[in-house]
Amino acid sequence: MNRLEAELLGRKLKNPIIPASGTFGFGYEFSEYYDINILGSIALKGTTLMPRYGNPLPRIAECPAGMINAIGLQNPGAEQVISTELTKLKKVYNEPVIINIGGHSFNDYIETSKMFNDVDSIWAVELNISCPNVTGGGMAFGTDPKTIKKLTECVKKVLKKPLIVKLSPNVTCIQDMAIAAEEGGADCISLINTLVGMRIDLKTRKPIISVKSGGYSGPGVFPVAIRMIYETSRCVKIPVIGMGGITNAREVLEAMYAGASAVMIGTQNLVDPFACKKIIEDLPMVLDEFSIENISSVIRRNANA
Amino acid sequence: MKNVFLVVEQNIQLTHDFYKLVLRGDCAGNMAGMFVNIKLDGFSLRRPFGIADSDDHTITLLYKVVGGATKYMTSLMAGAIIDVLTCLGNGFDLNQGRKPLLIGGGTGIAPLYKLAKQLNEKKPDIILGFRSARDVCLTDEFSQFGKLHITTDDGSLGIKGTVVSYLISKKLDYDYYYACGPIVMLQALTKLTQNGEVSLEARFGCGFGACMGCSIKTVTGYKRVCKEGPVFSAGEVIFSE
Repeated sequence: MNRLEAELLGRKLKNPIIPASGTFGFGYEFSEYYDINILGSIALKGTTLMPRYGNPLPRIAECPAGMINAIGLQNPGAEQVISTELTKLKKVYNEPVIINIGGHSFNDYIETSKMFNDVDSIWAVELNISCPNVTGGGMAFGTDPKTIKKLTECVKKVLKKPLIVKLSPNVTCIQDMAIAAEEGGADCISLINTLVGMRIDLKTRKPIISVKSGGYSGPGVFPVAIRMIYETSRCVKIPVIGMGGITNAREVLEAMYAGASAVMIGTQNLVDPFACKKIIEDLPMVLDEFSIENISSVIRRNANA
Repeated sequence: MKNVFLVVEQNIQLTHDFYKLVLRGDCAGNMAGMFVNIKLDGFSLRRPFGIADSDDHTITLLYKVVGGATKYMTSLMAGAIIDVLTCLGNGFDLNQGRKPLLIGGGTGIAPLYKLAKQLNEKKPDIILGFRSARDVCLTDEFSQFGKLHITTDDGSLGIKGTVVSYLISKKLDYDYYYACGPIVMLQALTKLTQNGEVSLEARFGCGFGACMGCSIKTVTGYKRVCKEGPVFSAGEVIFSE
């Protein structure tokens, strides 16, 4: 019996640990470091309809307890992701994965989602309506409940796979956003994306990041994430994937007690390429410490419990 | 890439702000031009450094104190253990040219040290550029491996000017160059001549290809400084104006 087995959207996962989109590339590169088949699933790098270079450098600024990034959704475009990146990943990972989709317009999200309908190696779509690093779309969509509901409906209409809506923490009331996604037909919510932040270079007196602000992530956002996972999981009936500054197995358990059905590990992958492996290996010991037999027993079953 | 724990063997001040750090442990496989990414207590992200020298058991780094993390590094005592990702990136191509020229600016001299050592037999010319006399160091060491030319911005030692202005004024006999230094230096150099390779630096998120934080434009598409680089063919890089 696998103590770490979890279920998400009707799918059995070896464990609830999923590398977060944007911190794990298209997955296959980490197979140079360890056997990535140990992972619960993988959320791939944000993918758009057309190829994107993203923002000029610098795109990275370090912060106390984390970092700011403003990559700007660099990716080779959906067509090449399907033909090249997923082919490479299939050779080293045996299960289907989660594609993360970004866009500037409703049409972008709809058309890109459709492209993955018949791709066997994708089992779910994560809709990134919370990226702070693109102009138009991205976070602009994810901070207005009406738009969230409408966009979710539009994508859900054309999509044949489970739909995860990834929410932004840069809002006054996260519950309104989560409810809007649920009303629009989302099968699951993932949160939190990054918090908008900025650093100034003392020598140049200007923002370090080329596009001035970017998304703050890392251990510093963990308490914000826990609060939002807690609030969200108690106002919607669909499952919540928790993420935001998780660095170790104890924090995984904390996120699950907050209400997460699975967790995503982000920034820690960049500091420690073996982060997910270590967390998966440490989880049984943490379960022992708190006398938990199986991790599935801590997953919140319904919103009213 | 390898994740190893290395022991600080030496941490020596070379100039007012430039230090040499020698680490001991499993250091095999590190080629000239590759870099390491080190985790320092109290700092969120790792810090990348070009490998100045290495063998199977040691890695030597040269670092300049520019901020909190490098300031902290000066306090590392012999015996301290640090978490290091080694064998990162791609090194210089040693099989190019019959008469190589090495060009280093500022902290960019670091990765050229191991390279110069390995190109010793080809008797390379080596131009090292510094701001001022007080920044000049390792001249005896570099002189063992080739003919050394020193420039300083203020002319307080060697020839006044930059490495590129020196290269323009002096007719050096070379057929291939290796350069590392500030972006402005590399940009000026590649405008002048493209028969060589350049080692770039960028702010990294991860340093091993996962975050896309360091992607640059090249004539053959987007490339990551940390993964496809840091050494690129001189004609390949598209420098933004």
